[in-house]
Amino acid sequence: MQNKSVAELSRELESGKISSVELTREFLDRIKTEDGQYNSFITVTEDLAMADAKAADEQRAAGNASVWTGVPFAHKDIFCTNGVTTTAGSKMLANFVPPYDATIVANFRAAGAVCLGKTNMDEFAMGSSNESSFFGPVTNPWGMSKGEKRVPGGSSGGSAAAIAARLVPAATATDTGGSIRQPAALCGITGLKPTYGRVSRFGMIAFASSLDQGGTMARTAEDNALMLNVMAGFDAKDSTSANRSVPDYTATLNQPLKGLRVGLPKEYFSDQLNPAMEQQVRNAVKEYEKLGAIVKEVSLPHAQLAIAAYYVIAPAEASANLSRFDGVRYGYRCDNPQDLNDLYTRTRAEGFGNEVKRRILVGTYALSAGYFDAYYLKAQKVRRLIQQDFINAFKEVDVLMSPVSPSPAFIQGEKTSDPVTMYLEDIFTIAVNLAGVPAMSVPAGFVNGLPVGLQIIGNYFDEARLLNAAHQFQQVSDWHQKLPQ
Amino acid sequence: MQWDIVIGLEIHVQLATKTKIFSGSSTAFGAEPNTQASAVDLAMPGTLPVPNEQAFRYAVMFGLAVNAEIGRRSVFDRKNYFYPDSPKGYQTTQLDHPIVGPGFVDVDLADGRSKRVRIHHAHLEEDAGKSLHEGFDGMTGIDLNRAGTPLIEIVTEPDMNNAEEAVAFARKLHGLVSSLGICDGDMSQGSLRFDVNISLKPKGSDTLGTRTETKNLNSFRFMEQAIAHEVERQIDILEDGGRIVQETRLYNGDRDESRSMRSKEEANDYRYFPCPDLLPVVIDDAFIESARILLPELPDARKARFKEQYGLNDYDASLLSADAKLAAFFEETVGQGKDAKLAANWVLGEFSARLNAEDQTVAQAPITGIQLGQLVARIADNTVSSAGAKKVFEALWSSDNSLNDADAIIEDQGLKQVSDAGALEAIVDDVLAGMPEQIAQFQEADEKKRKKLIGGFMGPLMKASKGQGNPRLFTEILQRKLNA
Repeated sequence: MQNKSVAELSRELESGKISSVELTREFLDRIKTEDGQYNSFITVTEDLAMADAKAADEQRAAGNASVWTGVPFAHKDIFCTNGVTTTAGSKMLANFVPPYDATIVANFRAAGAVCLGKTNMDEFAMGSSNESSFFGPVTNPWGMSKGEKRVPGGSSGGSAAAIAARLVPAATATDTGGSIRQPAALCGITGLKPTYGRVSRFGMIAFASSLDQGGTMARTAEDNALMLNVMAGFDAKDSTSANRSVPDYTATLNQPLKGLRVGLPKEYFSDQLNPAMEQQVRNAVKEYEKLGAIVKEVSLPHAQLAIAAYYVIAPAEASANLSRFDGVRYGYRCDNPQDLNDLYTRTRAEGFGNEVKRRILVGTYALSAGYFDAYYLKAQKVRRLIQQDFINAFKEVDVLMSPVSPSPAFIQGEKTSDPVTMYLEDIFTIAVNLAGVPAMSVPAGFVNGLPVGLQIIGNYFDEARLLNAAHQFQQVSDWHQKLPQ
Repeated sequence: MQWDIVIGLEIHVQLATKTKIFSGSSTAFGAEPNTQASAVDLAMPGTLPVPNEQAFRYAVMFGLAVNAEIGRRSVFDRKNYFYPDSPKGYQTTQLDHPIVGPGFVDVDLADGRSKRVRIHHAHLEEDAGKSLHEGFDGMTGIDLNRAGTPLIEIVTEPDMNNAEEAVAFARKLHGLVSSLGICDGDMSQGSLRFDVNISLKPKGSDTLGTRTETKNLNSFRFMEQAIAHEVERQIDILEDGGRIVQETRLYNGDRDESRSMRSKEEANDYRYFPCPDLLPVVIDDAFIESARILLPELPDARKARFKEQYGLNDYDASLLSADAKLAAFFEETVGQGKDAKLAANWVLGEFSARLNAEDQTVAQAPITGIQLGQLVARIADNTVSSAGAKKVFEALWSSDNSLNDADAIIEDQGLKQVSDAGALEAIVDDVLAGMPEQIAQFQEADEKKRKKLIGGFMGPLMKASKGQGNPRLFTEILQRKLNA
């Protein structure tokens, strides 16, 4: 069962070949025996999962099951789960038990899905390698057979690794600068970052509010569509969520791609890209041509400004978003504070890791009197230009295709000493967040035995088209089915 | 040296919405600490603000009432600072795109002048919680019930030139927001809080001096005292050749002292930036109209009506119209009779003095406008003298009196005036018979002196009539007899 997709598992449950209790037990056992080597989970909620599985079986027996009823999955530990520790990968929240569910957590609960636990992540979603987690790094299942310990990407590395390792068929994730697409690419699975506002952010611990977006991870595009069906929609608790109707994302998966206009942004096929990776991406584009797509080169002229703008805006927002972690009301508090200032400084000095501190400092600096115009305001202007680049491109084409990351999964520790090199991991993904458009990562081949992802970027609220394009590709390729070697 | 005083105000007004500006928690005052603080108010991770439409409507009502431009695109910003009563580590407020733009308020002064005070802008923001320093054994408790209560912060231009003008403006503003129903007006609970910016400049100079800000004045009396105190402090420094330091000061009204809270150098860098959790709010014509139809009669219109309808003079009309509750009380009073001037005198005189003396609001007063109106009607028809009326008023106010209408009290206390001319004449004859010397003195005096001396007969007359003789009739009879 571990190799089956959500869609397949749902059919197995419906046919009565297996119960949710059996299925849940099987995956929990896999986590128990296998996850020691990956560290992809921070919390496993065995008892809750078994109780939910039992309830799901009863619901199915009563004849009112949804596609998700009884299907196991996991949540990234950035989504608040009522009564279950939610850490955001930080010492600061290692003891934090929210008294509420994130909206998408409530959605999956209502759909009858069985959550097995909470997956590991970079601390407060800040990282591209899952090495900044307080709960230790996650190891990519790919490369382990050679005795290598490679990163799974980040920040949703726990979700990606768990899916690649067949510990869960699907997991939620979030993407602020590439945190769904890059780990999906590095772990050889399929991930979708929806349009900003498509999925509620309520209960999702904030990193950079104007960029953060919850999304989906699974092995197939179809499973991503099933997840988005549960997650997407307006939420009165998030005033930035989009008040527009949600299509059935599975309904259009099988549309033919004939005539699909594909743009290749020339700026994303630069010399920063590993040539072997480029070849894999171009091969995938050729498959699309075979499926009837019309491919042309396009330009995103301000692409090279994206990283600089992002590393002003995201830390600026983070510096304020993370001010609430002050040791006063919940979370970590230093021992024996002498006075208020001591409480603040030691709580935050001890509770946050280095990458988080670095970004708080950068953000605080960028917002400071005398620097605001030169940094924050300028970055917002650049953001406008980048948005306009995408708006212009989508006047000519239906989707954009590009690599996801400049290189495949790297060895743990390789880039930790040089933050800027690490930031360049997101060079092809970050502009998408600044523009707010949706994008996917789809398995598209291997380089040196390591997965390569194809990024498909869509116009605002065009997730159905992305899922359709990814699904059709997966009908003629099997990269997404490969087992980690 | 002569100095010009320059005063500008910043006023925090708590809006009387049922729920908070960004959460569904109740805003009611006085609940057990932290029982009205939701996950959003506690700034739990992942929670998000959702704007309260009513707060915007109230702010627009205020804008319309002060003749202001309404900000059509209202943007929220984060003001970053750490303090335990600020749970998010920033306050959500408005910096560059406030909901209310420039406007003005005209204020009537005691000397009959009218003063225009310009409003620079008013913005929406959230209130902070409270730190509780007592009862925690050397620690500090935090109550977040107030955190997230909607405020408008109103910022005036520095248009006031003395304490009287500033207090008159503050009273007018208090009356305005109360009349609008957008604030409960209860200053003792912090529903309105005044910060006063004061600077001095040599008389006639065009250059403004360095200003200080005195924060959180929550009564008109303290405000008046604080201004006097700060003006004096600044004059002392300047006349000693010193310089004013730009700083924030706290005034202690009980001791009439102030101290520096922080100087400009110590001021925080608040690192304002637009709040990414809240989209800009577009205020369209339809929304403005939805606020406009809620506007009640405003003090300026009410004042004009009081002059027209009741024939009041400008000053009385101004005083009675400023506060909605006092205005309503007056209209109840005047509704019981026809003598509006007398009703105005009693409402502004005895009644207001009593409220001030007991530090009570109109709503807390133990008598109603109808009760006072019944009493005023008895004064007007000579049933009771003004001295007797004061006794009736006292009885109405007093809680240990079971009688609650003027007629019953007049009856009970025997305060009915005797206006029977024959009976009064007999008393006058009787009294005059015992005062030959005074009569002689009176008759020798000139016209001017006589007016004074006639009062000497009134005391014995009132005494002889057990206080029930109509003083006006006594005077008439006396004049007739003595001048004969």
